[in-house]
Amino acid sequence: MRPAVRSNSPAHPAPLAALRSVSKRFGAHLALDRFSLELTAGQITALLGPNGAGKSTAVRVLLGLTRPDSGRAEVLGRNPRSSEARTSLGAMLQVARAPDTLSVREHVELFRSYYPRPVPTAELLMRTGLTALEHQRFGTLSGGQKQRVLLALALSGDPAVICLDEPTVGLDPQSRRQLWNEIRALAAAGKAVLLTTHYLEEADALAHRVVLLDRGRTVRSGTPAEIRHSVAAGRIRCRTRLDLSVLRALPTVTAVEADRDGVILFAHDPQQVLRELLPLDASVSELEVSAASLEDAILALAPAA
Amino acid sequence: MNTLALSETPSLPGGWRLRAVLREIQYEFIRLARNRVYALSVLGLPVLFYAVFGLGQHDRQAALYLIVGYSCMGLGSACLFGIGLSIAFERAQGWLELKWASPMPRLGYLAAKLVASAVFALLVLGLLIALGHWAAGVTMTFGQTAHLALILLVGSVPFTALGLVIALVVPPNAGAGLINLVYLPLCLFSGFWIPVAQLPHWMQKIAPVLPTYHLAELALAVFDFAPRQGALTHWLVLGGFSALMFAAAWITFLLSDTRSP
Repeated sequence: MRPAVRSNSPAHPAPLAALRSVSKRFGAHLALDRFSLELTAGQITALLGPNGAGKSTAVRVLLGLTRPDSGRAEVLGRNPRSSEARTSLGAMLQVARAPDTLSVREHVELFRSYYPRPVPTAELLMRTGLTALEHQRFGTLSGGQKQRVLLALALSGDPAVICLDEPTVGLDPQSRRQLWNEIRALAAAGKAVLLTTHYLEEADALAHRVVLLDRGRTVRSGTPAEIRHSVAAGRIRCRTRLDLSVLRALPTVTAVEADRDGVILFAHDPQQVLRELLPLDASVSELEVSAASLEDAILALAPAA
Repeated sequence: MNTLALSETPSLPGGWRLRAVLREIQYEFIRLARNRVYALSVLGLPVLFYAVFGLGQHDRQAALYLIVGYSCMGLGSACLFGIGLSIAFERAQGWLELKWASPMPRLGYLAAKLVASAVFALLVLGLLIALGHWAAGVTMTFGQTAHLALILLVGSVPFTALGLVIALVVPPNAGAGLINLVYLPLCLFSGFWIPVAQLPHWMQKIAPVLPTYHLAELALAVFDFAPRQGALTHWLVLGGFSALMFAAAWITFLLSDTRSP
């Protein structure tokens, strides 16, 4: 039985927020199945998985928007269903539209008033690059600018725990990079960040820890590098006249895929594969060897339903 | 800066919840006021109707009657659009969820919409009284004005309840059309525009079933257009209707949490 009070040693810092064995069912569909998650200070945790895996349900339970059927959510030790607990939470959710007729400054002022110890407005606007736009009405902003406002709202209460649900959807590359920098800064400032995203490159770039969710359960969790290596260290693409079954039998190969006019091999030890492959087929061409991407790993571990 | 142990969590400064709700009310009103469609239809329609139908009346009593009737209409549209449709849209857009994920008290969200709509209803009343006084010489005592305003304010509760049910049940894009489709006949059948006694017989039979009829009767009784003795019945109907609608909304809301993520 785990102790109720956690020690605060640097090796195992107490989590700022957690989901403990949470289950949630919607009708016949089991969205979360005894799912557990911990968010620690200074860490960005990416929650990944195919559609319907339960990511948004997990976020909603953590934010106190949905009550779990069993298990519990904790934010700084309290149930997020209480408004006091939510003073430590900030969220950037997928919002189709916010009131168009209020200005940026008014939106920020309003959300600031929800928190007992908000960040000064000027600082929020500066951190999100909105100072020049503060009097512009929300409806007149571009997509990237609107996302920045939503980020400012999430940060307005100086929360210890921040949930970002697909924060860079629809952003151009520059805005996306800027937002990544801001997210990294949050972690550096000691916040616990939960990120859900479909852009695996983003999870790879930002996350200290990745949790892969499928059908309501954790399939794999670890650092991005650990997850990549658990499936394959590298991928080899080439054109070869060898049969797929022969290729699959090569040492350390975990998967083989046809790819247009060639094949892709995923292997734990690509160098060993090459040492076997090249003597077998002297006509190998268009050889490409690269590190397995997080996307490759995710697709191998949790194929879309 | 690392983690906070539970014992170190500082206590929260008092009063921040109240401050949050007050701000919410302030900005909800600003938001509605800047929404031209809302402001023009809620304020403009009753004023327009009154200018057309009320000011031409030679009978000062009729001009007075219409102030009462049209202010009831303004109340209804202020609440149904300002609360009902607004919540329907914000729910669909994910904005309501964002607010609910914040520490702002969730009842505060509803309270702010209610107060903002009620302010608009009072504005309609003020405009009608001013217009009636200036253009048709209609007068009412301060006591009567206050009494009517109070009835309207309390009358916002059943409209809020109805608005909530609409918000949860009706798809937002169809909302405006549906509200008009239901509400405008409701205004007619309840005596907002024409005294019920002057409506066709079959319409007169329907009236007592409608909660809006009972609201109108209470408002009209301030000026003796309706008997005062029936007041208790009217309040009971309005109270019962409100309770029913709030219960329906609550159940619908709870069910929606179990049906889809």
